[in-house]
Amino acid sequence: MKLYIKYDGIAACRVILQEQLERLNIKHQILGLGEIEISDNVSREDLAELHTALNKYSIFVVDNEKSQLIQRIKDTIVEMIYENEKLPSVTISQYLSEKLNFSYGYITNIFTENTYSSIENFIIIQKIERAKKLIIEDQLTLTEVSYKLNYSSVAYLSSQFKKVTGLTPSAFKRIVDKRRNLAN
Amino acid sequence: MISHKDSMHILIADDDEDDRTFFSEAMMELKMNNKLTLFNDGKDLMDYLADPEIVIPHILFLDLNMPFMSGFECLKLIRSNNRFKDVSIAIYSTSSSEKDIEETFIEGANIYIKKPNDFTKLKKVIKEVLNINWQFHSSGLNKETFFFSI
Repeated sequence: MKLYIKYDGIAACRVILQEQLERLNIKHQILGLGEIEISDNVSREDLAELHTALNKYSIFVVDNEKSQLIQRIKDTIVEMIYENEKLPSVTISQYLSEKLNFSYGYITNIFTENTYSSIENFIIIQKIERAKKLIIEDQLTLTEVSYKLNYSSVAYLSSQFKKVTGLTPSAFKRIVDKRRNLAN
Repeated sequence: MISHKDSMHILIADDDEDDRTFFSEAMMELKMNNKLTLFNDGKDLMDYLADPEIVIPHILFLDLNMPFMSGFECLKLIRSNNRFKDVSIAIYSTSSSEKDIEETFIEGANIYIKKPNDFTKLKKVIKEVLNINWQFHSSGLNKETFFFSI
């Protein structure tokens, strides 16, 4: 028997965080994706224990300022693409600089210097990643996907998909289906 | 998951000496802080991978046509071993037939490269491949649906 599952990574991550923090009796508040406020003093041992427990789920506590900011930039973009059904009406640059409280120039510089990718490129990769999920897991048509992700046209989504993956969306779907059949 | 600016471990198997040289020169010029190991054919590579002590690489480049063991055979063997589930596999070949490309992805490759015949283009291609692979590793994207054909 084979089960196909569908999951929400963001929600799953929250549950894991909650469970692990509660298990160690750490008073906390989860502020958003990627940020936790700890309300009282936590012993070094408990903190180390938390790190180890989270690493098991591929969740890592980021410990230098630069990496933290880059992680926050990534999280904000991902959240924007996955959670808000409609992308913000302000420009992405405005949205990021308001959310993160830094000038957009600073944000793009630090991002490009450390990730080998521009923010624009990262956004495109993330949008196509979501498009893949919608095509495979939700079985949406390309028209539905382009509407959901705010593309001006199906043709534009299709060409961006091709640019990121080298494949047309239909070839992509065919490959995934055949891979599944092969595994069965 | 690898963090920012960590080095990437790269393995290449190709029976053509010129191609191996091109590849390593292109990689060096990219200055991406990578660790590169070269193999003369698929069998050499598989012998190396069989060693339980090795550091698991981030990405493998396999030439499709090699003596003793083809890139396609290596691909199948590697994908049947759970130890290498996080390794990206890039196949390169002179063939650009859609059928060959799809077949490679179905068998578990992540990247398909149509071998360019001049050095400048090769460098550009390698750069793009390493870059997109980096994004997948460092941003926790879904490996199961990671395909890139160039």
